[in-house]
Amino acid sequence: MSGFPDLTSGNRPVGVVSFAQHDNVRREGAHNEVEMLMPVVAEVFGNIGITKDNVGFICSGSTDYLVGGPFSFVAALDAVGVWPPRAESHVEMDGAWALYEAWVLLQEGEIDAALVYSFGRSSPGNLSEILALQLDPYYMAPLWPDPTSLAALQAQAMIDAGLATEADFAAVAARARRSALGNPKAQVAYDRSPEDLLTEEYEVAPLRRHALPPLTDGCAAIVLAAGDRAYEWCERPAFITGIDHRTEAHAIGARDLTHSPSTKLAGEKAGVARSGVDVAELHAPFAHQELILVDALGLGPDVDLSPSGGALAANPMMSAGLIRIGEAARVIWSGRADRTVAHATSGPCLQQNLVCVLEGV
Amino acid sequence: MSEPVTMMAAPMRLDYVFTPGVAQSKNLHGLERGVFIGQRCPKCKKVYTLSRGSCPVDGVPTDEIVELPNTGTVTTYCVVNVPFAGQAIEIPYICGQILLDGANLSFMGLIQEIPADEIRMGLRVEAVWVAPEDLGPTMASVKYFRPTGEPDADFESYKEYL
Repeated sequence: MSGFPDLTSGNRPVGVVSFAQHDNVRREGAHNEVEMLMPVVAEVFGNIGITKDNVGFICSGSTDYLVGGPFSFVAALDAVGVWPPRAESHVEMDGAWALYEAWVLLQEGEIDAALVYSFGRSSPGNLSEILALQLDPYYMAPLWPDPTSLAALQAQAMIDAGLATEADFAAVAARARRSALGNPKAQVAYDRSPEDLLTEEYEVAPLRRHALPPLTDGCAAIVLAAGDRAYEWCERPAFITGIDHRTEAHAIGARDLTHSPSTKLAGEKAGVARSGVDVAELHAPFAHQELILVDALGLGPDVDLSPSGGALAANPMMSAGLIRIGEAARVIWSGRADRTVAHATSGPCLQQNLVCVLEGV
Repeated sequence: MSEPVTMMAAPMRLDYVFTPGVAQSKNLHGLERGVFIGQRCPKCKKVYTLSRGSCPVDGVPTDEIVELPNTGTVTTYCVVNVPFAGQAIEIPYICGQILLDGANLSFMGLIQEIPADEIRMGLRVEAVWVAPEDLGPTMASVKYFRPTGEPDADFESYKEYL
């Protein structure tokens, strides 16, 4: 045991002590959601030698719109096995927000550990149509705007404001996919120059294929443990020293898409700038969004950005944010980093954002 | 000045490709042969009908396949008297929870060939399948359940499944 870091958020140190994720694939056609989750839950417990009986709370993130079936999150609990009955909750959001709920409960002090998991598939339905339904039902959703077109509006606004160029987007994508070569769970990884990427055709101008996230089926799980329990299960826990999430207006036209005030505020509340950042795992599904996030979080040129490849390497719906927290924790466990930032987003054009600061002692 | 808009129609439809997974595929292939498939939990040994592949108690894969018989017990039921749009069966009709012999989980099935006022807990029933050429990987392969004529099951034998 080596003590606990100073906390910006909360007053009870809670550490990320285990992380597992499914292979990220374009289409997982053989297994249903429960069958996908079972090995991931077994791995996240097995990594630290515990069972479901060692966690006092279970929280998951998913959305039934992806599966096309009601109460799929209830059925997914079969992957854990919940007998005797146990405290459980679910958010219709990325698993990063499920982790936030578990962190809040751990702050209250009644439990010492929690399982967080998330699952989602991009393959069963038409993702562009499904994501259109998260927009306001009167003015936007009836137009069925797809997420790539909305992101392209954002990217074009950045170009028009003189904040970035298409070459900047290509540079982000080239670096992320090159980093992804070192990530065995990456779905898209390659070593190509930004110049080469700029020869691609537009998908939706000004976004070319390289600036888009892959369509991914996957799932992920994390175990949180508080206080001394974190050290029982992990040699060097990644303690959550700051965590906060903020949202922006639902109406896209009411926002300045070139900046992310919600990320900026969440980053301030989570204390990102209180000390140096070694690694930042950013949930930027579209390449240009990384530039917005780096600016909002005030990350300098010395910060290692998304060494996993980020959401450009694999973008499992509902899990890509939780995976950022897992990846930001892993580099602390290994000793490669002491202080990391994980970010998760939800909604179109970075509408809602969560920032989590992790520190090892 | 034109009238203000007070209502709008925004038709929505989403189509999905369903992935039954390994476990449900086995169940569906069983129905295609006119056989109910159960899956046994390696830990608690319970046999689940229409399993999605995991034991909801233990959270482990239910890998062992068990072929179940055609017969079972009505654990509880509901007589449907209310007409609704798209109703395919003449009312009144009976929906029963059916516990197949050797299974530890009941499922809902249509019960026919018995007057609605004679349905009861413990009634012994058997599956009536569609004609062999009409069997498919669907619960529609089971036309309905009907009484076997055996004496009713003892309450003790199914009280755990209510």
